[in-house]
Amino acid sequence: MLRASIKSVLGRKLRLLMSAFAVILGVAFVAGSFIFTDTLGKSFDGIMNSSVGDVIVRPAGTEASFGSSQTLPGDLVAELKDVPGARAVDGNLTDYTTFVVSKKGKLIGGQGAPGLGVNFNTAPSAGGESMFRLAEGAWPAKDGEIAVDSRTAKTGGYVVGDTVQVVTAAAQAKVAPKLTGIMEPSGSLVGASVVVWTTHQAQALYQEGKDVYNDVWVTAADGTSQDELQTAVAKVLPPDLEAVTGEKAAEAMRTSIQDSMKFITYFLLIFAAIALVVGTFIIVNTFSILVAQRMKELALFRAIGASRQQVARSVLVEAFIVGLVGSTVGLLVGIGLAIAIKALFGSIGLDLSDASLVIAPRTVLASYLVGLIVTLLAAYLPARRAGKVPPVAAMRDDVTLAETSMHHRVIAGAALAIAGAIAMGLGLFVDVPNAIVWIGIGILGVLLGVAGTSPLVGRPLITGMGRLYRRMFGAVGVMAEENALRNPRRTAATASALMIGVTLVSMMAVFGSSAKQSINGEIERNFKADYLVSNAIGSDFSPSVGDEIAKIPGVETVSRMKWGMGKVKDSDEWIAAVDPATFGSVSTIDEKNDATVLKQLTAGGLLIDSEKASKLGVKAGDMVPVTLQGKPFDVKVAGTFESSATAPSGLIVDLATWTQHGGTAADGQVFVKAAEGADMAAVTSAIDKVVADLPTVSVKDMAGYAEEQSKPIDQMLMIIYALLGLAVIIAILGIINTLALSVIERTREIGLLRAVGLGRGQLRRMLRLESVVIAILGAVLGIVLGVVFGIAIQRALADQGFTALSIPWLQLIAFLLLAGLVGVLASVWPGRRAAKMQILDAISSE
Amino acid sequence: MTMPITPGAPAVVAARTEGLAKVYGRGDAQVVALGGVSVALNAHEFTAIMGPSGSGKSTLMHCAAGLDAVTEGKVFVGDVELTALKEKELTALRRDKIGFIFQAFNLIPTLSAEENILLPLSIAGRKPEQAWFDRVIDTVGLRERLGHRPSELSGGQQQRVACARALVSRPEIIFADEPTGNLDSRSSREVLDFLRRSVTEFGQTIVMVTHDPVAAGFTDRVLFLADGQVVDEMRNPSADRVLERMAHLDSAAGV
Ligand SMILES: Nc1ncnc2c1ncn2[C@@H]1O[C@H](COP(=O)(O)OP(=O)(O)OP(=O)(O)O)[C@@H](O)[C@H]1O
Ligand SMILES: [Mg+2]
Repeated sequence: MLRASIKSVLGRKLRLLMSAFAVILGVAFVAGSFIFTDTLGKSFDGIMNSSVGDVIVRPAGTEASFGSSQTLPGDLVAELKDVPGARAVDGNLTDYTTFVVSKKGKLIGGQGAPGLGVNFNTAPSAGGESMFRLAEGAWPAKDGEIAVDSRTAKTGGYVVGDTVQVVTAAAQAKVAPKLTGIMEPSGSLVGASVVVWTTHQAQALYQEGKDVYNDVWVTAADGTSQDELQTAVAKVLPPDLEAVTGEKAAEAMRTSIQDSMKFITYFLLIFAAIALVVGTFIIVNTFSILVAQRMKELALFRAIGASRQQVARSVLVEAFIVGLVGSTVGLLVGIGLAIAIKALFGSIGLDLSDASLVIAPRTVLASYLVGLIVTLLAAYLPARRAGKVPPVAAMRDDVTLAETSMHHRVIAGAALAIAGAIAMGLGLFVDVPNAIVWIGIGILGVLLGVAGTSPLVGRPLITGMGRLYRRMFGAVGVMAEENALRNPRRTAATASALMIGVTLVSMMAVFGSSAKQSINGEIERNFKADYLVSNAIGSDFSPSVGDEIAKIPGVETVSRMKWGMGKVKDSDEWIAAVDPATFGSVSTIDEKNDATVLKQLTAGGLLIDSEKASKLGVKAGDMVPVTLQGKPFDVKVAGTFESSATAPSGLIVDLATWTQHGGTAADGQVFVKAAEGADMAAVTSAIDKVVADLPTVSVKDMAGYAEEQSKPIDQMLMIIYALLGLAVIIAILGIINTLALSVIERTREIGLLRAVGLGRGQLRRMLRLESVVIAILGAVLGIVLGVVFGIAIQRALADQGFTALSIPWLQLIAFLLLAGLVGVLASVWPGRRAAKMQILDAISSE
Repeated sequence: MTMPITPGAPAVVAARTEGLAKVYGRGDAQVVALGGVSVALNAHEFTAIMGPSGSGKSTLMHCAAGLDAVTEGKVFVGDVELTALKEKELTALRRDKIGFIFQAFNLIPTLSAEENILLPLSIAGRKPEQAWFDRVIDTVGLRERLGHRPSELSGGQQQRVACARALVSRPEIIFADEPTGNLDSRSSREVLDFLRRSVTEFGQTIVMVTHDPVAAGFTDRVLFLADGQVVDEMRNPSADRVLERMAHLDSAAGV
């Protein structure tokens, strides 16, 4: 029996490959997700090891995260030199918003990865080597000289000796130093660019000329361990500074990066799961068809004495082989997929081209487990059905397996769909813990439930299309319709696979379109400035820009918004600062009570979004502990507000408080309003001139701002569509698979049709029409479900600013048409195979 | 509309072969299924092809009907040389000028009896002549069963539906390969009766492969095949005479 199964698989290699396809794609996604995130993790590891010294001295409470601009006094460097065990002490300055502009005037990098500006020193990292290695020229030695990393030099078209355009968020927005050296980083920079200044220059630029550093590295003398050195250093430090070992600092960074990486892993794994669910449908279908086709063979086994279990097991063995092959190939394809994702991230600025792929044992194990379990589970039902083949079927011509009553299936499907809807409703509208899990499981339940009922639900649609076909294509149309109807489960399962992808795509389309409309509506109501000056890459920019703009004749108001990470009651929060006197005339914090909250803020203190207030457990009038730039202070809660989409953050302080407690001087956004009757054209061109050679800074009007706000939504949609595209591809393969197997099954019938005069073109058309029915059925079910899901989500989020519901009909119609096209394409290959069959072979085939 | 068959008058030829040869396989595995057969199949006649198993009957029919490519020689249906046609033209010719009845699996399971009967016409996008359709249906006696699917019909009824399908487009010639091979004697008789009547009453041309001397007795002319050659022929056969001749052929072939 085992040998029979193996022979059966090997004897039909094409069939094996087709049924393995679904497994391959699903496993590829699982493997690709793991490989990619592991690779990403390792490339960050590389940076971390080269970005810590043996012992790091820093202001107490500074986290390992990027972006702290706290400082410590420069005298410390000299003092620490006397610490026993210290070989060298170097002060470091690091700025994260220093970018190089290419010779062609384009910003280099700046899509997520930081632009590092550092001072030059020779401190080796804990790994032993210096963080940077000089590749060409010389390190900067005096003011007006810099070195940059080789990639930046190459992208910018700069060679040693050139004058380089550098933009910063410091008081001096533009600098044009001479390039004296090109250096090579010791690990991957993950897309970041680096500008190296002399210490004197860096202090002048980033610290207003004060002799301070962001941190100090103490390098251990030979024979001194990190821990010994750390103890020695800690002894001499004042209480507001701390010393940590490089190991500890790297570990802290690693943990925080791994946490953020987990998100990517989960995100990708969700899509892998979707792909596998879709794949399961295909596998179930494939094995059902194979069992149906081999009924005579299976019956013969039964007739000559094989037990039910043996027959069922033979099908499962076949599934096992398919799963094994699928997992292996899937793993290989997954490696390719990881390379592709890497390239994709590279194109949006996260350059990983130096990192080699990491294939962990866990990845291999997960690939095989997932591939085998999914295949065996999917083949279980068809295998049981195979066991039920009566021995007599071997002798008879026209035995078909008694289809288990459709009733049960429809009732079970409906029950599952309802249960799913309830779970989804709970997650969306009731305050349950882990709402997202409820919603996810709910959606899955509804999808599977609808898939279960689809043989029934889909029938009217198929007959409807059949009527159309009959009118348009005559006999060929009739046969196409009948073929689609003859195995309702097969058609339904094939269509359901497509339905899942289309549902999710449509849901996201409704969600995205509603989100954009909601935001646009809010901006239209609440954005009152004429111009918004902001950094194109979302980070801060020099306050000199606002100063220049304020001098332009015709400009009435310049209102600055500054922001940064801070702590409120020990929770990491994004805090914004605005000028209460002017902010109300350019934007809106709280749509209903803007005047009130601005008045509260005028008195000084902290405004908190009401939801955030209850999360943090504070109320108006409380004194809450806040940490800005590592310095703690207490501030009074001036009031709470309901955030409008234009509110800069859920935590807002007045500018005076911000500045008093050492908040960054750089601006996050500058709102500009022209005086009544001012010459707008003149004002516009004057403002444009101010930012002309600052490629990081851009000026927008309301429409531009609205567009900028919807851009992330569009980008997110594009990524999600691309990932869901995989589920759709699997579904398309499913259609191809079903059609191809049906063609084999109907060989004699096709031969007969050809004998009585059906042309090859007509035969292909017949299959094409059948394929289109399946695709349209899947698309219609998917679009209906997707719109319903989308509406439900919008309703649920209505009180969080998703006030507008927008159903993108045009887009949905486009999906439907695309599905039709998919149907046409899916039928090409099976159609060609059918048309190639020799009539006589077909007639005489058993 | 009876077409009198005038014995002795030069018959019109519906289809003919010239030196038709068909060789399967190559080298050692070579099988000569037909070794240069030249026959003329007369119009408005019911012709039977008989011979021992493996003598090339099916092959002759398949080649004459344009279902299979020939190795050598020519095949004509009417004035058209099949062997010179391209695939597309051949399909159209099969659809419009030739009818088929196979031993089994004649009908598309998803279509009703009526849809099956009208299939060649609807493939061609033609409308049936209502009067002719009615007449065919009444002759095969299937009016009550038109809406049924093949699985709801008996074997004999299924073959009669297949006959009706072959007739309804008024092909120039109908080929039938053991149309009664799977039927009991009563159902056979029904089908053969019907074929006979369509020749006598409608002037149809039918060529039928059969092993059954009784079936051959319904025809106008029997061609005997052995080892890929036409070895004999008999006019106005009766079952007894055919049986006798067959026995003779079998012993000659050493079977
Ligand atoms: N596809 C094929 N490949 C190789 N040989 C074939 C093929 N088809 C038929 N033959 C051989 O050609 C010869 C004639 O076959 P054919 O089917 O015409 O015989 P037949 O007279 O119809 O026999 P039967 O009465 O058994 O149906 C046989 O020897 C057969 O083995
Ligand atoms: Mg034969």
